[in-house]
This record gives sequence, structure tokens and C-alpha cells, in this order.
Amino acid sequence: MRYIPTTPEERRRMLEVIGVRSVEDLFADVPQSVRLGRPLRLRPVLSDPEVLRYLGGLAERNAHADRLACFVGAGAYDHFVPPAVWQLAGRGEFLTAYTPYQAEVMQGELQATYEYQTMVCELLGMEVANASMYDGASALGEAAVMARDLTGRDRVVVSQAVHPEYRQVLRTYTEPLGIQVVERRHEGGITPADPRAVDTRTAAVVVQHPNFFGCLEDVRGWAEVAHRVGALLVVACSDPLAFGLLEPPGALGADIVAAEGQPLGNPLNFGGPYLGIIATRNKFVRRMPGRLVGATVDRYGRRGFVLTLQTREQHIRREKATSNICTNEALNALAAAVYLSLLGPQGVRQVAELCLRKAHYLKAQVAQLEGVGVLFAAPTFHEFVVRTPRPAAALVRAVAREGFLAGLPLGRFYRGMQNALLVCVTETRTRDEIDRFVEALARASRRGRAAVGGRR
Amino acid sequence: MYPEEYRYSREHEWAKREDGRARVGITRFAADRLTDVVYVELPPVGAEVRFMQPFGVVESVKAASELYAPVSGRVVEVNERLQDHPELVNQDPHGEGWMIVVEMSDPAELERLMDAQAYRQHVGEA
Repeated sequence: MRYIPTTPEERRRMLEVIGVRSVEDLFADVPQSVRLGRPLRLRPVLSDPEVLRYLGGLAERNAHADRLACFVGAGAYDHFVPPAVWQLAGRGEFLTAYTPYQAEVMQGELQATYEYQTMVCELLGMEVANASMYDGASALGEAAVMARDLTGRDRVVVSQAVHPEYRQVLRTYTEPLGIQVVERRHEGGITPADPRAVDTRTAAVVVQHPNFFGCLEDVRGWAEVAHRVGALLVVACSDPLAFGLLEPPGALGADIVAAEGQPLGNPLNFGGPYLGIIATRNKFVRRMPGRLVGATVDRYGRRGFVLTLQTREQHIRREKATSNICTNEALNALAAAVYLSLLGPQGVRQVAELCLRKAHYLKAQVAQLEGVGVLFAAPTFHEFVVRTPRPAAALVRAVAREGFLAGLPLGRFYRGMQNALLVCVTETRTRDEIDRFVEALARASRRGRAAVGGRR
Repeated sequence: MYPEEYRYSREHEWAKREDGRARVGITRFAADRLTDVVYVELPPVGAEVRFMQPFGVVESVKAASELYAPVSGRVVEVNERLQDHPELVNQDPHGEGWMIVVEMSDPAELERLMDAQAYRQHVGEA
């Protein structure tokens, strides 16, 4: 964004037009008591190189994934983004596109979005995906509202092994609408399918797969449980690359999938934008929130793309719209489309396999460590929970000094889990990094035990 | 243009009495104003509808509008053809484009609707 201040001449002319003598006169109504009464004390002007050095210095105070070996996942994943992704997505023609406003004149943008939707469907095994939403958490909130509208029921059962922040956003979306959210406890890191969890008031069951602890859920079992009482199964997912290997949620009976698309070609960052994915079955498309790109033919029979089914949207249906979202994360969706095209089905499978193998290599090493262990026995993809001999938060601080982002301490989200650390291994970690990480964990754990022993 | 034996609501639905039941659709005036209808969302058979409360939605290329029930009762028939042929609403709004049949719980409600003459005046076509 450019900031172009007005010139003194322009200011003089504006004041002349409105008939005020000076800028000071313009603010005459502001009481003296609330005025600063002196010029702002700003730092002296810096030259461009000085500004870059200053900001670079601030940025370096972060413990970021470019400097430390990242073993944190928990909803944001350090996958490799091929430089070609942003070389293409960053082209000026695309870079200006937020959501298409004059949609049909932007045929290239619409085609890219259409291809994004198609690839998302293939990856998730679903029939229709929209043009994207804000992030995985808000997509899940929208999915719950959608389930309420489709079933005419007002209760949503959600597993506590769904990302805790997704659950917070889910409540933000649903509580004002009178939807009751009922949480279902996990047992040993998974949520066993149980018909007692649902009844004829249940609009949807929400499970995450792989779940927040990295464990694989019984999605098929929950689909049966939900469908038997006429409820829908909503599957949340924070890393869709898992479905390069795992059976996709569509094949397991999911009615709606809400996923985080950041892992698909989008870099880690704090604060977004991330990429919300929502996909469903064709028969539910009219209740799907957000924008949707469709293919059609023009009057000469040539292929073209349109924003379709817009009567669902707020600018037409007003308060009866499926959602108040009339926008999408067009640029992030584009990056995901480029990423998925570059990798292809084989490449996506390879990435998923590398993640799985490397994570299981670490898991095996951790299981050997004295005093440290793997907390849950359930099968995992590229994330798992480590049982630590001292509070996980202290362990994280200790190994950060040795160059590792160790993972997410779970005590913040789950009572009684102070000694639990959620770790993730993506394809970007090397064997050497994993080995050194295990050594660092071992050292930090021994130090912890020694300290505890010393106090006795 | 507007069948004399039908009754009409201010929201542009018609009701045609068939013994204890009423066949329901939208008027030619409404269909023309909507332009091309692309989708009609209707309740399932067995649903309860209430006098002048929304029972569905009609979508055209221009707008989405609620459908209001001109009578109260239980839905006993739904025009399934509209799922694949919503254009019937434009082509034949008072016939093939019908939407639901309601088993009336209070046939006296029909008297609260307009007759064809009053409806023509309502839409300025008298």
C-alpha cells in the first residue's frame, strides 16, 4: 500500500474550499484539555538501510522456523513451499485479486479458483468445495451452522480432540445462533465412536482427523453413529496433506469437511491470512457458505467461468443467506492450486510419506529415551504427543537454546497435561536434525530429573 | 390471466381448493417479476406450514424470495418436477408450476385471501 501525503499547496486549496483558514482552525472544537500541546516526539528519521536493519533486528528476536529446526505443528505446518509457487501466485495479475468483484471479467482468476476447488475435492474425496474461507477454524464454525440449517436441529457434538482453538471459534460462531455445543471427551488420545453421544436433536458430530494429538480417529464409525440418527458428520482437518496417504474423509462418510489450507503452499506466519477449506456433497451445495466458481459455456459455446449460486449469498439473500461471508482468500487459494498442480497426486503422496516416515522415526527414538515416552498408543500421522519428565514448557525453553522449536506444551489447553508436548515432523526435517533433537530432548530431560532429585 | 376459482395472497401466492386440500403456487405476476427461476426450495411431505409464514424459497437469476403459505396445514404433496425443471414456474405458474399441496387445518383461511378481481387490483392489472 502506498502512502502519499498531501502537499502544502493541496492542503491550502482544500482548506480554501471548505472555508477554513488553517488546519488548527479545523480542530478548534477539540478541547484543549485533551490535546497534546506539543509536537509528537518521534525518533529521528532513519535512512532506508537503517530502517531495514532495525526491523530485521526486531524480526530476529522471534524464534522462527528459518533459524530453528521446527518440530511444532498443532495447526500450522512447516512444509516446503517450492519457490515456483509464489513466483506464479505473486504475479501482478493475481496479486491484486482479493475476492473477484468484477468476477466475470477476471476469467484467469476464476479458472484458477475453479481448479483449486477441483483439486481440493480430489484430495478430500468430496463432491464440491467453495472458493475458500478465512481459515480452518472459521470454516469449522461455518460447517456447524450449515449442519444446523440442513437438519433443522440445534445441537453439535464435538470431540475434545478437535483443535482447542477451532473449538473456541466454533463456539463464537454457534452460541449467538442458539446452537448448543456438547464436548465429547477423548480416551487415550482418540474419540471412540459411541451411539450414546447422539440423539434426534443432534445436527452434527465433529471430529478432527488426524486429530489435534496427531491420532487417527474412527471416522467411519462416527459417520455410522451420526447418520443413524439423521445427523451429519463434520470432519475437521488441520493438514490436508495427510490425505496423500490416508483414506480421504469423503470415502469415510464425511458430509462436510472443514480444513486448514495453509499447509498447501502457504508459508507459516502469525496472524494470517491462512486458508479455510470447506467441502461437502452436491446435495448440500445450496447450504454451503461463501463463494463458488462454476464452469459454463458462453453464447458461442466457448468454455467460461462464473461465480455461481450467488443467490445463497448475503448480497442477494440478505439476512436469510447461508453465511455472512461474501469473500474468500483468493490469493492463498491460488497458491494452494499452484502447489497442488506442481506436486501432482504422486508428489502429494510422497510428501505425506516423508512426513509419516520421519515422524515415526522420531517417535521410535523418543520411545527409547529414559523418562520420556509416547503418551498415546493410537496410530498417528505426522504428529504425536510426547510424555515429558518435567513440565513441557520448561523443556521447550531448554531446547530452544540448542536451536529447536520443540513443539506445543499441552498444559495450556488440557488440564493435567503439563507434562505433555505435541510434536510434529514434516518432510523439511532432516535425519540429522531429528537425531540432534532427540539428543537435546534427552539432555533437557536429564537436567530436569537431576534438578528434581537435587531438591529432595 | 388469473383463474377466477383461485384465491390469492398479498405475497403473490395462489391457493386452489381441491376438497379439503389446497394446491399452492406463485402467481404469473410474481414469476414475471422474478425473471428466470433457477431453484425452488420446498418443504418435505409431512411438514407443517402456517398461514402466511415462510414455507420455502424461490430463487431466480436475480433474487431469492421467501414463499408464504396461503393456508395452514400439513404438506401432502410436493412438486418434485421443479427440482429439475424450475423453469415450469415461469412457463406455467398457475398450472404445471405448482409447488405444494396442503391438507388444510382451517379452510376458512381461504376467505382471508383475495379473489382474482381483488388480486388484479393489488398488482395494478385491473
